[in-house]
Amino acid sequence: MSATETTKGTRLGALVDWIDARFPMTRFMKEHASEYYAPKNFNFWYYFGSLALVVLVLQIVTGIFLTMNYKPSAEHAFASVEYIMRDVDWGWLIRYMHSTGASAFFIVVYLHMFRGIMYGSYKNPRELVWIFGMLIYLCLMAEAFFGYLLPWGNMSYWGAQVIVSLFGAIPGIGESLVEWIRGDYYISDITLNRFFALHVVALPIALIFLVIAHIFALHEVGSNNPDGVEIKKVKGPDGHPVDGIPFHPYYTVKDLVGFVAFAALFACVLFFAPEMGGYFLEHANFEPANALQTPEHIAPVWYFTPFYAILRAVPNKLLGVILMGVAVVSFFFLPWLDRAKVKSVRYRGWLYKAFLAAFAVSFLALGYLGLQPATPAFTNAARIFAVIYFAFFLLMPWYTRADQTKPVPERVTYDAH
Amino acid sequence: MSEDQVDRGRRHFLLVATTVTGVVGAGLTAVPFLASWKPSARARALGAPVDADVSKLELGAILKVTWRGQAIYVVRRTPEMLATLTTPAVVDHLRDPQSEESEQPGYAKNDSRALKPEFLVLVGVCTHLGCAPLDRFQPQDAELGATWPGGFYCPCHGSKFDLAGRVFKDVPAPTNLRVPPYRFLNDGVIQIGADAEAA
Repeated sequence: MSATETTKGTRLGALVDWIDARFPMTRFMKEHASEYYAPKNFNFWYYFGSLALVVLVLQIVTGIFLTMNYKPSAEHAFASVEYIMRDVDWGWLIRYMHSTGASAFFIVVYLHMFRGIMYGSYKNPRELVWIFGMLIYLCLMAEAFFGYLLPWGNMSYWGAQVIVSLFGAIPGIGESLVEWIRGDYYISDITLNRFFALHVVALPIALIFLVIAHIFALHEVGSNNPDGVEIKKVKGPDGHPVDGIPFHPYYTVKDLVGFVAFAALFACVLFFAPEMGGYFLEHANFEPANALQTPEHIAPVWYFTPFYAILRAVPNKLLGVILMGVAVVSFFFLPWLDRAKVKSVRYRGWLYKAFLAAFAVSFLALGYLGLQPATPAFTNAARIFAVIYFAFFLLMPWYTRADQTKPVPERVTYDAH
Repeated sequence: MSEDQVDRGRRHFLLVATTVTGVVGAGLTAVPFLASWKPSARARALGAPVDADVSKLELGAILKVTWRGQAIYVVRRTPEMLATLTTPAVVDHLRDPQSEESEQPGYAKNDSRALKPEFLVLVGVCTHLGCAPLDRFQPQDAELGATWPGGFYCPCHGSKFDLAGRVFKDVPAPTNLRVPPYRFLNDGVIQIGADAEAA
């Protein structure tokens, strides 16, 4: 490893050489950017990976600044958030960035996951990329849940109450487990304090490690693409895939365009609709936690509602909790449930496409139903969509094999423009 | 030392012994950290019994007190309210009329689920997901229909309970509302959190 052509012989080049003899800086940059060959046919869907990274950084930076004024105690938490909103210079901006960022994170991650499913990016040899990604998703759900208690609003309180009592459904140990999680006989100051520790220290560390593992695993096997073709199969005389282009500068520049578009949309929400009509910040959370008064209608924030709808659709508490867990964990098994020989939806038959479309529709429908009151009509609808949701996973070994796939080209399809 | 002099059996034993010792040590080290999550001495002290003065509670009225951060409902039931507890129109629609699967002290496992039938003491936490059930004591409530005998209704997910906190069929809550341990200190004061036997 040595300084690049342009800096060779200069003082800067000497400095780079000095560092490289002691730390793999240049090698690292090459492996993960300037000589990481990514397929040249990435489309719109490939923005969401880098955007997820952008939002992670945003959440960490805004989160650090929020902790400088937030007080994790039942007595002061609600007031300290109001203090940030009213008295701290630009506090409202930092707090709204963080709360809008939470919803943006899930939007970006759901689209990123759908991309992976659509193009078969979880299939051999990318199983571990997928599993690390799913662990990131679990971490993110935990982050969102713990973070939601911190403002100590009434919806924070009752949301935490409902989710923590889910563990009470476990036979035998349930009640003592719930007591152990809360550290008290109810959601109290003690619970708030430990959720704060998990939200700002433990989970962010886990999240950063998992993101590094996700990217390292990806760069080991190479990126998939909309055609689901392995570009490493066809290499040029220089040893690089002929259908690959260096991530830097090609995709760093492309992703920069995606970032600007995302930032514009994000700013619109941030400045004009930070509460998003009660979907990003729920109205009941504008009054302080009250252990003696349940909000009229408890609904989790929108990104949890597909699973919440499944929970409510089951008349039995334990079974409901189990099915909700299974609904999340099912994603982990996709690499082994999918028996198709082709990766991308582009070369799959109508059978898979129908199942994928039905799955996407039921996920959105469950998300909508989870926000609504549990009336009999809505509950029955949720049952139907829950069946479709699980059918996508359970029947996958059958329909992916029975499906009439099309021949996959040797190289990626690409129109020069 | 050349390879053929290596005592592989001894190496294997040492490897396993060190690994097991290390794992046991790590496990024991985890105990204080995990145990620190249990309710602290202060939390336990704050969870001590509380007294509810029911001497001025009117017939048919509800008193809410807090014990361990939970609402405790004390209802002074009228004879008409008590009469609903044994009518077939109510009992046939209950999931657990005998309180077999529900949580209550032994002295509250009866038709009225109480020490003295007049006073109902309940934990005001829905057994479904912990919301606070509302008191809807009026029979034929406008929202709950003509067959409603009076009882508790949970606004979160629609669970219904009768005037002894017993759960109706076909609602999400699996069991009857819990009865906390309690005892009468005298005719007018109920102590919540201490068992009647201990009196």
